[in-house]
This record gives sequence, structure tokens and C-alpha cells, in this order.
Amino acid sequence: MSLVNFTTREITCKIVYYGPGRSGKTTNLHYVYGRVPETRRGRMVSLATQTDRTLFFDFLPIDLGQISGFSTRFQLYTVPGQVYYNATRRLVLQGADGVVFVGDSQARQLDENIESLQNLQSNLLEHGVDVRTMPLVMQYNKQDLPAELILTPPDLDDSLNFRGVPSFPADALHGRGVFETLKGISELVLKKLAAGSPAA
Amino acid sequence: MTSSLNPRFSFETFVVGAANRLAVTAGRTVAENPGSAYNPLFIYSGSGLGKTHVLMAIGHAAKTIAAQLNIEYLTLDEYVESFHAAIAAGQGDNFRRRFQNVDVLLVDDVQFLTNRKEMQAELLRLTEALQQSGHQIVLASDRPPAEIADLDERLISRFSGGLVVDMGIPDYETRVAILRRKAEERGTSFQPGVLETVAKIEHPNVRELMGALNRLIAFQAVTDSPINAEAASKVLGIPSAATAASSTAASPTAASPDEFSQFLTDVTVTVGKAVEAWRARVAEAVLRWEGEGYRTGRLEKLLDQETPAAVDDAISAYVQDVERLKALEAEVAVLDPQAAGEKVFRDPDHMDEAEAAAAKVRDGAAPPPAPSAAFSFESFVAGPSNEVALSAARAVIAKPGKKYNPLVIVGRSGLGKTHLLNAVGLELAKKKNAVVACLSTQGFVDELIAAIDGNRVDWWRARYRRATALLLDDIQLLAGKERTQEELFNLFNQFLDADRQLVFTAPAHPNTLEGLEERIVSRLEGGLVTEIAEPDKELRRSVLERLLTQQRVPIEPALLDYLTDRPIDSVRSLTGVVQRVVEAAAAQDEPVTAGLARDVLEGAPAPAAPGARRTAGFRTSGIVVSSAGGVRSREKMVWDWPAAADRVIEDLR
Repeated sequence: MSLVNFTTREITCKIVYYGPGRSGKTTNLHYVYGRVPETRRGRMVSLATQTDRTLFFDFLPIDLGQISGFSTRFQLYTVPGQVYYNATRRLVLQGADGVVFVGDSQARQLDENIESLQNLQSNLLEHGVDVRTMPLVMQYNKQDLPAELILTPPDLDDSLNFRGVPSFPADALHGRGVFETLKGISELVLKKLAAGSPAA
Repeated sequence: MTSSLNPRFSFETFVVGAANRLAVTAGRTVAENPGSAYNPLFIYSGSGLGKTHVLMAIGHAAKTIAAQLNIEYLTLDEYVESFHAAIAAGQGDNFRRRFQNVDVLLVDDVQFLTNRKEMQAELLRLTEALQQSGHQIVLASDRPPAEIADLDERLISRFSGGLVVDMGIPDYETRVAILRRKAEERGTSFQPGVLETVAKIEHPNVRELMGALNRLIAFQAVTDSPINAEAASKVLGIPSAATAASSTAASPTAASPDEFSQFLTDVTVTVGKAVEAWRARVAEAVLRWEGEGYRTGRLEKLLDQETPAAVDDAISAYVQDVERLKALEAEVAVLDPQAAGEKVFRDPDHMDEAEAAAAKVRDGAAPPPAPSAAFSFESFVAGPSNEVALSAARAVIAKPGKKYNPLVIVGRSGLGKTHLLNAVGLELAKKKNAVVACLSTQGFVDELIAAIDGNRVDWWRARYRRATALLLDDIQLLAGKERTQEELFNLFNQFLDADRQLVFTAPAHPNTLEGLEERIVSRLEGGLVTEIAEPDKELRRSVLERLLTQQRVPIEPALLDYLTDRPIDSVRSLTGVVQRVVEAAAAQDEPVTAGLARDVLEGAPAPAAPGARRTAGFRTSGIVVSSAGGVRSREKMVWDWPAAADRVIEDLR
């Protein structure tokens, strides 16, 4: 996928929200959707079960308009978190420019987080992508829950963020940390673009 | 006396934008390779745009890379002050020594050199000394060198000889980035949109921008409540229309659009930097090729455009052109070193001119004089008297430059030295890629004089350096020609080093020739000196056979015997004799016979002979034999000097 196309003057970034089931990936997208002016956002496609579990994936296109003469578009995707949807996850991950790993801050979900992180790594490898070269940020969601139930961001960093990527505490339901996370991953993606190959 | 480097001023804390990217890139390059990349590096910009920051950042970066480096930063005033103090204390030399030992010298505010003649001289000396010893000097000024009033021409050219870069006013995105970083450094945070409001004002320099930020920080501290964009406009005295417009663009829900527009601004800055990556690439290309001395106008034009298409194609096309220029220059350098230095080979914007210039040089570069086709190797008659020389010549032809180098053929006039020299040249010229220079020493001298006269000595030299073999006839004519001997000496060494063949002829052994420098003589003797002796009988016979055949005279054994036995000491004389006889026969309308030959050469001249002889323009050595004595009896022969007119002809040849 070409990030910057100098000929058509387009920048397109595909960002995938990854993480264990019920960690709040779709919530992130919903919050973003709610804050983007109508003129700037496309239809959010969400295929969910009746209990609001993502069945296939969510897709939210955002048009950031003309930036430095480039029409800039972000495409936000989520993957279904449940273990048995791995084929879908792999499919959604294809051609991703950046990944937001949405972790569940609850202490009892730590194993799921780790499992999902390993799954991310192996799925990227299936696409021939080394996780170390993929722009990645961590979001520790549900930080609004009672302190006794959750791990602090430093603890989570210790357990999950062994690559030392940027991490953001968040409360996606109320929006805290959502845009910070999006900004974090955008910067990484765009920086990689700046350092990486020229126009396709 | 000098200021220490302010730790806050490093490349890490410097916000890079399009306006200063070139200066920062150059600065980093210099810090990584002090003394070798751009020396001196001259940075100029208006006040408050970061010159001092970059200067100190270079110092820091260089120190980080190589801690042992002696780095000194000072303003010109400090430099002047310490100079005066040193002079007052009688320590002028110590002062100079101290600065000459600095590895990286960073001088700020160089514009104050105006009207300071003695400091200019001092700085010129220092710059020269630093450059010579490979130490780096970086200067900063508020204007380019040429615009510093009253600045010594030599300093201007010195400063301009490295790299001169400017730093402009930061653009909006850079201003936002600077404000963010500064606010962060101060541990202050502002509501979204506040810093953008500040950045919208086009401050002429970063210091004023900082002033505006400081006012906001102070205001926020006093009121103890976060300042918003509108209040910021008020504090800074900006008409609120701009902020009003931006707030109306926002959607009714107060908090939410802010979050998105904040995000949008962030992304704008990041994208701005990202798509400006092409600028960095162009700037790098400009830096690189400018550093190599090529004109980069074409690339610089790219930077003027907003978003040019296919930047990389343009860069690679430029690089291709530069490669072509390099190839042309290299080609021209071989043909004419002087022409290779021309500017036209440094300007990829005018490729056609470079091609034309190269073509001109190519046309003008005539190969050196070639051997004469009249002297073929096959027509050189062999005999015992020249067999050593001939076999040496064969060896030279078989292995040019390897066996006998130089080969010096000595012998009296008219024995065939020139013939053999040219014959060797012709054979050598048959080899692949051979360029054989074969000419008389007189011609060689004349060419050099013409080259000196036309100021084309380099071209002349290059012409001979291209040759794979150099053959000079009558090397004794070098006598007293000092400059030619000098040139030949250099050529000699180059040819010997490159195993390229040298062949010379001389009337006698080189060490008997007068007026030749010892170094030439010893080099001539270093190869093989071979002699062609007077033609022996066998040789004379072969030559006569050939001459008579050439003249279409039926070869009568008696005639051949008679002529062969004539005491003739050179091939040239032999030719003369045959021609005389043939002419006489033609004049008398008689066949060429032994009897006729005897009459012509010994007896009374035939009635028509004298006239015929003159008009026919005989090419003879003019040697006549007196009529007295038997033909076969050498003892009875008496030699006469040739007639005066014949002698003149002989000498001319």
C-alpha cells in the first residue's frame, strides 16, 4: 500500500486497532467517529453481533482534507478480538501502515493481552512484516476502572511494552486518551513515511 | 575569554523546518567530519533565527562524536578582545598558537569585522592556518560575506570557498512546532488552539515568537486559569477575527471539535514534515553536489515549488547529467588538462555547452605526428652491417616497452636510421589502440615552441602522453634546448614507468653528443644503443637490386657487380649513384649498362650529362670518383669532394 502518492497527491494511512476481545477497540473508533465533523468522516461500517461484539471488523474512513497540498485520508480498522476470528484479523492486518494495540488494563486480562500481542506478532509475520518495523503504539484502556482492579500504566508497560513503543493510558468510553493515541500512531506512521521510500 | 557552549543549544533542541534545514544538515555534516566536509562553513541569517543555536549545536555534536576534540566557540568581539589583550601583554604569538590548535573553531557575529582591518588580516591568517591543518572553522553572521561592509576580498573568497548557507524565517508549521517544544521545555501546557494562534502571527524571528509565548505563560500564571485561543489573541493584541473564524468553523459541541481540530493540526504538522521529506532529499542533493563544485540551480528551483511532482526523478536526472559531465571532463582531461578545468563541465543546466566544449577539444586534439608511410619495414634492406639494429628493432616491435626501452639507433648520416625508426613506428602503429608519435627532434622542438607561444603546453603535453610509443629522429638536435629536454625528460619517465616504447636515432653514441643533459644521456644509455655500420657489400648489392628494380632497369650482373664494388659508404650515396647513372642513360638515350655506369662515374662526363644532371635534380650525395685507377682497385682510387651545389643539397637533407 502506498502511503504518499506524489502523482495523485494523496496520503492514505491504514491504521488497525488490535487487541484482545472486549478491550475497547470499537469504542475507540466510536469516540473518534463522534468527534469528527460529518463532512470529514465516511460511513462507519460496523459488523457486530447483538451483544456488540465485533463480528468481522469496523471501518472508519476520515478525510483530513488538504494538508500541504495532499489530500489526506486515514482509514481506521478494528479486528475482532476473539481468538477464533484469527483469519479475519490476519486479513484486516494486511497492508496496515500502523497498529494501535488496545490493551485491557484489568489485572485479570493480562494473559489475554499477552496472548493477543503474540498473535499480532505472528499474524504480521505471516504477511512478512517484522513487528519491529511496524509503527506501533500501546493504549492501556479502561484506566477509569477502580484502581484495585487494574494495573497502572507503568506496570502494563513492564508486562506488555517490552519494545518501549509509545504508550497511552486511556478511557475510551469517555474519550480520554483516544485522540492522543491516534495522534501517537499517526506521527509514527508519517515519520516512517518521511524516512522511508519516496513516492510510489 | 571564550564563552562555553550552552548545553541547551543542541541539534536535538533545534526545531528544523524548511527554512533552516540546509543549514542544519550542513552543520551536522561538519560536526561529523570536522575539517573535511565544508570548510569554512558560513551560516548567515537575520537576527534571532538560530545561528548561535546551530553554531553551538555543531560544537556539541562534534564533541559528542569525538570527545578529544578541542572546540572553541566565541563571538567576534570576544576574539577581538582576547587579541587585543594578548597584544597588550606581548603574547601575540601565544594567541595565534592557541587558536591554531583548535580543532573546531566557531565564530559568531562575524559581521562585526567591518572596519577592523587588523582583525580581518588576523582572521584571514587564522582561517588559512586552520584550513591547512585540516581544522574546521564555522562562522555565523547576519549577512552573507559579500555584504559585510569593507570586508577584505581575500576573506570573502575564503569564506565563500567553503559552504555559505542561510537560515530563513520559520514557516507556520515550524513555528507551531517551536512553540510546542518551548512550552514543553517550560512545563507549561496550553489549551488547544492557543499556540496555533501565536504561530499565526508572522514573527520576523524566533526570539519574538518566544517573547509572545512568554507573555502567554506569564498571563496564564497570573490568572491561574488556562488561557484559551481568544484570550491569547487579546493578550498578544491580535485582531480576534482570525480566531473567530476558526471557532465558527467548529461544530456546535464545544469540546469535541477541538479534539479533532487539535488532532488535525498535529497531523498537519507531521504531514508537513513528512511530505517535506522531499525537500530534505533535494537539499541533501544540493549540498552534496554543491560541495563537489557543481552548479545546482536546477535543484534549487525545485525547492521554490510547493509540491513538485517526481522530485526523485528530477534528482536522478540531475545526477545522470553530473555523471555525464564527469565523464566528459575526464575525457577532456586526457586530451587537454587546461580545458578540463572549465566551468562548463560543472554546470548540469547547460549540458549542450559541455558536450560542445568536449567535442571542440576532441576535434582539436590531433594525434601526435605519425611515422611516415614511405619507410616500410619490408623495404628496409638487411645486411650484416645493420643486422644487430634490425634484430633489436624486431624485438621492440614484438614486445614494445618491454625489451629494449629506449632503443637508440646510432650511425652516420644516410645509413637508414630514419628509415628504421619510421619502420618500427609503422609496425608499432599496427597494434591495437596504438598511438605512435614519430617525428624529427626539430619538429618536436618547434611544436613545443608553438605550444608555449599559444599557451597550450598542457594540451601539447597531453597529446604526447596519450601516445603509446614515442620515436624521435636525430636526438642530437636537442642540444641546448633546455626546455625541450625538460619536457622530454618528464615524458621519458612517464613512458618508462608505463612500459611504453621509446626509440631515438643519433649520429653517434649518446655519451659523445654535446649539449645533452646528463639525465637525458643516462636515460638514453639505459636501454639499448645499437649501431648501424657502413653498408657491407652484401647490403649494397641488395640495395642496388632494389633501386634498379625501382628504376625499371634490367639487372645486368656486370652492372650490379660494378656498382656493388664501388666504395660507397652509405645507402643514401648508393641511391645517388644509381640515380646519376640512370639519368645519364636517359639523357644519352642508352640502356643502363656497366660500361655506361663506368663512364658516368669514372670517365669524362657524357656530353649531355652535366646539363641533364642539373635539371634532373639528382638526389645524390655528390660523391664522385676520379677517373684515375682501376675500378676494382680501391687503393688506386682518389676521392673528390662533391660539387658545392650538391653539398648544399646534402646538408639540407
